[in-house]
Amino acid sequence: MTVVRKSRGAAVLLAAALAVSACGGSGGDTGGSGGDQGGQAAAQFSVALTEPDHLTPGNTSSSYSITVLQALFDTLVVIDPSGKPQMRAAESVTSDDQQTWTIKVKSGQKFHNGEAVTAESFADAWNAAAYGPNAWTNNYYFANVEGYDKLNPEAEGAKPETDKLSGLKVVDPATLEVRLTAPFSQFPITLAYTGFAPMPKAAFADLKAFDQKPIGNGPFALDGEWSHNQQIKLKRFEGYAGPRPAKAGGVLFKIYASRDTAYTDLRANKVDLLQTIPPASASEAGKLLGERFVPTPSGTMDYLGFPVYDKRFQSADLRKAFSMAIDRQGIVDAVFNGAFKPMASLVAPLVPGYRENACGEACVYDPAKAKALFDKAGGFSGTLQLYFSNADPSYEQWMQAVANQLKQNLGVADIQFRKIPAADYLSTLREHRQEGPYRNNWVMDYPSPQNYLESMWGEGNRMGWESKAFTDLIAQANAAPSMEASIPLYQQAEDLALAEMPMIPLWNWQDQAGYSNRIGGVKIDAYSPNLDTITVK
Amino acid sequence: MRYAVYRLLQAVPVFVATTFLIYAMVWSLPGDPILALAGDKPLPESVIRTLRAQYNLDEPLIVQYGLYMAGVFLRGDLGQTFTGQEVSELLQDRWAVTAQLAATAWIFELVVGIALGVVAGLRRGKMADTAVLAGTTFVIAVPVFVVGYTAQIVFGLNLGLFPTAGTDEGWPYSYLLPGMVLGSFGLAYVARLTRTSVVENLRADYVRTAAAKGMPRSRIIGRHALRNSLIPVVTYLGIDIGNLMAGAVVTEGIFNLPGIGQQVFQSIQLQEGPVVVGVITLLVMIFMAANLVVDLLYGVLDPRIRRG
Repeated sequence: MTVVRKSRGAAVLLAAALAVSACGGSGGDTGGSGGDQGGQAAAQFSVALTEPDHLTPGNTSSSYSITVLQALFDTLVVIDPSGKPQMRAAESVTSDDQQTWTIKVKSGQKFHNGEAVTAESFADAWNAAAYGPNAWTNNYYFANVEGYDKLNPEAEGAKPETDKLSGLKVVDPATLEVRLTAPFSQFPITLAYTGFAPMPKAAFADLKAFDQKPIGNGPFALDGEWSHNQQIKLKRFEGYAGPRPAKAGGVLFKIYASRDTAYTDLRANKVDLLQTIPPASASEAGKLLGERFVPTPSGTMDYLGFPVYDKRFQSADLRKAFSMAIDRQGIVDAVFNGAFKPMASLVAPLVPGYRENACGEACVYDPAKAKALFDKAGGFSGTLQLYFSNADPSYEQWMQAVANQLKQNLGVADIQFRKIPAADYLSTLREHRQEGPYRNNWVMDYPSPQNYLESMWGEGNRMGWESKAFTDLIAQANAAPSMEASIPLYQQAEDLALAEMPMIPLWNWQDQAGYSNRIGGVKIDAYSPNLDTITVK
Repeated sequence: MRYAVYRLLQAVPVFVATTFLIYAMVWSLPGDPILALAGDKPLPESVIRTLRAQYNLDEPLIVQYGLYMAGVFLRGDLGQTFTGQEVSELLQDRWAVTAQLAATAWIFELVVGIALGVVAGLRRGKMADTAVLAGTTFVIAVPVFVVGYTAQIVFGLNLGLFPTAGTDEGWPYSYLLPGMVLGSFGLAYVARLTRTSVVENLRADYVRTAAAKGMPRSRIIGRHALRNSLIPVVTYLGIDIGNLMAGAVVTEGIFNLPGIGQQVFQSIQLQEGPVVVGVITLLVMIFMAANLVVDLLYGVLDPRIRRG
């Protein structure tokens, strides 16, 4: 789940570095012989990072913030590398009807300030996030909890009458009961998102101070304040009683404004872990770092959406013809160094229920068939406008490749690019101002087909696509008695969306991490960098 | 004295006009900064409304500007970023970085630039002159990010002479390489300007007269020719202080120095009006102060200006 939501383009990295000094990762503490468990105070490592926006779990969806929060907080549930939910701060998460959920919190766990982690710690944090006037980014994640409307009144200027979700009930210190507005079988997976992390009572005395120096319940605690644009320092939390005590003595997040600079620092051994090696440097990094170069699957996908509300794009055959005219592999090789994976499915490979070839013929590159289908659908006349944002130069590169293929394979002669300022792009899509196919990117929040299908094809989608059969299937799947039982229903919904093809899948992203020879035990997966497992040599 | 006061008064309308212009420009950027905060995720109406009110974004432009300026002058409050950081605090941290970087670059271009220019001017047409001309042409022609990345990889990574990035080692070591990169363009300009000026002055009548009267060459050059040659150079160096402060965006990015340039760049992208206006206001003041100092310095170098 994890994940972020900010465009990658802008980004940057960070790195962390160890010690202050310079070069070469300080040979000093190397000698220590297996110094992990133990005691050397100096055994910290550095991680490259981009400046986070906030460090309050309910108020950030930036991947950079989440990297830090995952070290500071233990969520109720985590996703294991195979995409299955596992209990972490929770003893169990159960429900008979998928609508009322009972969460048992493990006992004996503490926040960094010594406060006990109880059901109330979660209820407090969730109420604060759902409370409209707090204006926290993750507010929307609580929209399906009963009582959410009362905390977010529609009317202009209205003040909420309460600041507590009626759907949250603290039964006893170890039990939290959650009532949702509708059955939702995927609820346990969503709890792995850092937006659902607990907050101690101490946080609410001064939320602003908490944002600068969050108090969590995870294996690392903040060491000093967040030094903006420079570094965030963590130290091992000695009072940690959970399942993943930290091996290293501390983590230093070094904040970089440029990914390329962070990569240079990794090469110079000045930062130990970099999670986002720039794609252009991937092959070089592979050679330089050998097995210390770690490609990680990601849930992020690119799509090409159609404005189905526009008459010219109303034929499903026409949309499929576009799909078959695009050489996904060719574009991935040319623009992304072959690092991304061409997709014939609407969900990413790491999502349970993924089928490699869900799309069938309609996602296979076949210019002849594409042209035949295109002509059968009546072709396309007028100017074809392609929409994307200016957040990253690669968007324009692949859109140009798509345009060339549409020209060559379908004979669409008149194509124009509409490069929209990043800040305006999403509102353009939301307000249906796009008059042609557009780039659509999705960063996974949690590994469930629901996260993709309902968010992008559900009600009020950007394509203006409406299908009662689709929404019914999603509702049924959400109400299924278990996660396993929900999968076939989501797959049926996916089939429907693929048959009508209002948005075509293009490719799945991959992240490339690299680390220095000073650290070991690196177990980065799609859901977390797992900083607790890292040892310093 | 009267001159200085007059110049200060002139600064007031310039100040108001620039800040308002900047505010209006940031305000008119397309897009909605609040919606962009949440990325792809929807933000509920109640949240959007709260944020708009918090940053006065629901008011007309002129009211927003008025509220902002009132905050600045009545409460000394430069506003907040969208992530809730105080702008004044943020600038404090970043200002030091940019000032150190700009100072390093400035000293570099002053010392090395003038030295090269004088040498080239005195040996017009010789090897040294040709070398300086060729070298400076090259530096002016190559974009700063190429110089920056190349210097970082060669001197930082491969040779290990300087830190590759960051401010960990403090001033001056961390700032030497970025300072030279940032100052390289100005250095080339200063060297050429000095050279031309020296060449011209050496041909001037007063130099010939002095030589005819038997004054030693070292005294002619040191006391008369050089001093006069420096007037255009000082003008350029003065204006360049502002350029170095404002123009460090690329260099700060490459060397990961958390300075003002980086901040302005990020804030424009996020459409954070208060930050952009706050920074630009300070830059405007620096430009104006630098110009004032330059004008006063003229007097020292050339008594004719002082009297006029």
